Amino acid sequence: MLTLRRERCQLETNAKISYVLNPIIEFRHVEYQISTNSARRMILSGISLEIHGGETIALLGRSGSGKTSLLKLINGLRQSSAGTIFVEGRDLSDWDPIRLRRGIGYVIQEIGLFPHLTVRENVCLVPTLESWPADRLSSRYIEVMQAVGLAPAEFSSRFPRELSGGQRQRVGVARALAADPKILLMDEPFGAVDPVTRAELQREFLSLARRMAKTVVLVTHDVREALLLATRIVLLDRGQIVAEASPDQFVRLDSPIAREFLAAAELNAGARA
Amino acid sequence: MNAWQFLVSHRAEVLLATRDHLVLVLISMAVAIAIGLPVGLLIVGRPRLRAVALAFASILQTIPSLALFGFLIPLPFIGGIGAHTAIIALVLYALLPILRNTYVGLTGVDPAILEAAEGMGMTENQILFRVRLPLASSVILAGIRTATVITIGVATIAAAIGAGGLGIFIFRGVAMVSDAVILAGAIPAALLALLADLLIGLLERRLRVAA
Repeated sequence: MLTLRRERCQLETNAKISYVLNPIIEFRHVEYQISTNSARRMILSGISLEIHGGETIALLGRSGSGKTSLLKLINGLRQSSAGTIFVEGRDLSDWDPIRLRRGIGYVIQEIGLFPHLTVRENVCLVPTLESWPADRLSSRYIEVMQAVGLAPAEFSSRFPRELSGGQRQRVGVARALAADPKILLMDEPFGAVDPVTRAELQREFLSLARRMAKTVVLVTHDVREALLLATRIVLLDRGQIVAEASPDQFVRLDSPIAREFLAAAELNAGARA
Repeated sequence: MNAWQFLVSHRAEVLLATRDHLVLVLISMAVAIAIGLPVGLLIVGRPRLRAVALAFASILQTIPSLALFGFLIPLPFIGGIGAHTAIIALVLYALLPILRNTYVGLTGVDPAILEAAEGMGMTENQILFRVRLPLASSVILAGIRTATVITIGVATIAAAIGAGGLGIFIFRGVAMVSDAVILAGAIPAALLALLADLLIGLLERRLRVAA
């Protein structure tokens, strides 16, 4: 636990150092609505948020709060209906979506691995699309597999169906890291595994985030996970940001929604310390 | 004379007819795949074209095969007596299973996988050729398998319009009221169908395991 706290502190320091720079991701008065058969439904509204280099942001909220939509606005899988989003200082509409996405690591629940490709093909997908030379591909494969704690040679020719849930999640993270993106988007990446594996993956993620100095945006409905991994928690409810706080501040928030989350996880300021 | 004796005594003729039959089937299947696969790809994102293409292929399938051969004979350019008319009819018959399975296979890929591909920065073409088609390949191959078995059977009728093949023995046998002669055409045709079904089925299972 002590090591974890120390790693978190390091992560917070990294984030603070880069805070002086411009935000790497910025939302300005963003709205997102979808059209159903006859009506338009507002999914997100009034979203203004700055994310700085090196931060690990947890988007926390109940199902349907809009957190996954917010994440997908960043890599252009969803298009905002109003407002502006900047990534690395450039308006999202000025980005070529393919270039943008290749520069952002994307981890979703285990289903995101391609079942017809081997572990190596999955991991090396983006670098292959980017026409990396073979020797650079090989060394990067070894590097990222080791970073997520998997033996590169042993898993190379295995297919996703031959892996355990935890191994698949690790391969998912390795794949997102392969092209060395500055930004990592993670949609409930530790969702589909048992609690023990989940805790193990979270621990490894912390140490990985500390070493690699990535900007991470993580979607979760688990307040424990948000408190453990994030440098800042953004709480969403019915499509709006209702609170933004560091984990230490979060447990003291008066917001009824934040209290509901903490109560459900039986956490309070005292219990966390 | 029983079927076996007939087969042995006419083996050269039977082998030649089997070869003609195979050629008819192979050419027809190649053309049907060359049309069905791209059209199947094309109709994925075009609902109106999809309705028209699938309706057209379904209607073709409902026309009795002997009648279809008959309808084609008087048509200029594509009609007449001989193998080319038979090939056109066989292609039209084979279209539906190929077209339908291509469409079903491509649209049956898990949307989460497609979104992961898009989120990783794959272009539309890369998603189609590296993700969608490989994942749909076993379903598409199942359509080709069905179409091949149907074509091997229907090709026996092609003899009625002078296209040759194993149907020659069947029509001759019917005229002679001789089971042995009918079987000399029917048995090799059935064996061909079984063999095609087995081989394509093996390939299909292999692709399914890989996907």
